[in-house]
Amino acid sequence: MEVLAGLSTPIMMGILLGGLYVLIALGLSLVFGVMKVINVAHGDWVILGSYFAYTAMTMLGIDPFLSLVIGIPLLFGIGFGVQRFLLNRAFAVSLDAALIVCFGISIIFQNFCQIIWTPFSRGLRPPYALESFTIGGLHVPLVYLLNFIAALAVMLLLREFLRRTYLGKAINAASQDRRAAQLMGINPARVYAFAFAIAMATAAIAGVLLGLTFPFTPTSGVSFLILAFGVVIIGGLGSMMGTFIGGMILGLAQTLGGYFLGAVAQMLIAYILVFVVLAVRPQGIFGR
Amino acid sequence: MPQETLLKISNVDVFHGSFQALWDVSLAVKPGEIVALVGANGSGKSTLLDTISGLLHPAKGKIEFEGKDISAVEPFQVVELGITQVPEGRRIFPGMTVLDNLIIGSYNRRARSKREQNLKMVYELFPILKERKNQLAKTLSGGEQQMLALGRGLMSDPRLMLLDEMSLGLAPIVLNDLYKALREIRERGIAILFVEQNVRRSLEEADRAYIMEVGRVVLSGDVADLREEEEVKKAYFGV
Repeated sequence: MEVLAGLSTPIMMGILLGGLYVLIALGLSLVFGVMKVINVAHGDWVILGSYFAYTAMTMLGIDPFLSLVIGIPLLFGIGFGVQRFLLNRAFAVSLDAALIVCFGISIIFQNFCQIIWTPFSRGLRPPYALESFTIGGLHVPLVYLLNFIAALAVMLLLREFLRRTYLGKAINAASQDRRAAQLMGINPARVYAFAFAIAMATAAIAGVLLGLTFPFTPTSGVSFLILAFGVVIIGGLGSMMGTFIGGMILGLAQTLGGYFLGAVAQMLIAYILVFVVLAVRPQGIFGR
Repeated sequence: MPQETLLKISNVDVFHGSFQALWDVSLAVKPGEIVALVGANGSGKSTLLDTISGLLHPAKGKIEFEGKDISAVEPFQVVELGITQVPEGRRIFPGMTVLDNLIIGSYNRRARSKREQNLKMVYELFPILKERKNQLAKTLSGGEQQMLALGRGLMSDPRLMLLDEMSLGLAPIVLNDLYKALREIRERGIAILFVEQNVRRSLEEADRAYIMEVGRVVLSGDVADLREEEEVKKAYFGV
């Protein structure tokens, strides 16, 4: 019983931390699911979202969550433009070309952030950043709970959007058969631009929560991209629910790994898990 | 007989890269007609349908639909004008439900407002689709998938339906149902231009036919006349 009591904290923290990983991975999963391209710049988009919230807070005193009122449309707009005028043209050449463009965007964003915000570590520290409360003897940091709630909300919103709206169904159709989608009156270039823009809007949300949870630098995007890869591999690319479960599993692997093997080895279990899934079920747990 | 022409293709050349697939092709479809496009594999039938749909654009010549030049119009805009293509191999969206496949058919702005009305028509034509509306499309049989592809096309509220190799891999008994459905579709005022390798069947089902060989139209006319043509008899009926 004592072991179980000791385990309850890492389990809870794993699930809540998993929420942050879900938020970062949802956009990666959506873009891959629709366009079959791995957006290697996704982590950098997230960090750009973090810096935007940081600037809004430090210069204008705006709460990070409130800054999303501008941050979401901003990343949505940049995302739409990048897909419409850059990636769609690269697609016309090949998928490899699109991948290289994503690499380029990653490098540009990292350097842009270094120039504007310097390479020093930053964090979003509003008054409630370090608050926590106690439920049933468990000590819960507020920010971690917010990670989980935001992940659940964004995942459900995305899922319902894809299922219920014309645009969502069109995104789905274009991802299954681009040519047939065209014959249904769908303009794939436009639909892809919306899908990418929506993914980048989720990156803005992920950026705020990442900044509240961890310190970040202009190059932090890469390590979170790798984590998001893990989430998506475990859950299955393109499935929103799979991404959600994948994030929970990765979060749990990390905190339980830390609990049993010490902080140094906490990511070891997580990555071993990714390896096992790749070997046994490469399409992911919820993959088709 | 000065009847209005729905689709008029005049002297069209089409290339796949540097390979010329169509040579000086002309063809016309009148409202409410069933027209067959027959010929061997590789004779350019599917290429012609793809050119009408805007997936390919002619290097020379002109395609007019209801008097409007659509030679350079993009595929998604062609649909909105009232031309739907039911592609070879059906190409339904396998991971979506039957109903979602049909709804996607009504994606273009003009069709959205008529969605319920067209859905009712599709369910009348193919009651099995109503029964299976919540199933994933990939779980349907081949014949049912072809019905879904036809129904999805009808949801776009077309005036012309292009139909590519409907009979591919289907049993004759299923085909009879599908051809019956085609006649009902025509009765609703929708013209049909269909591509078929089975010449005998095509000449039974269509009003008029065009016969293609290596990228050219070699013969055309009313099916009754074509059946009597010596060349057709020799080439396709082995008489």
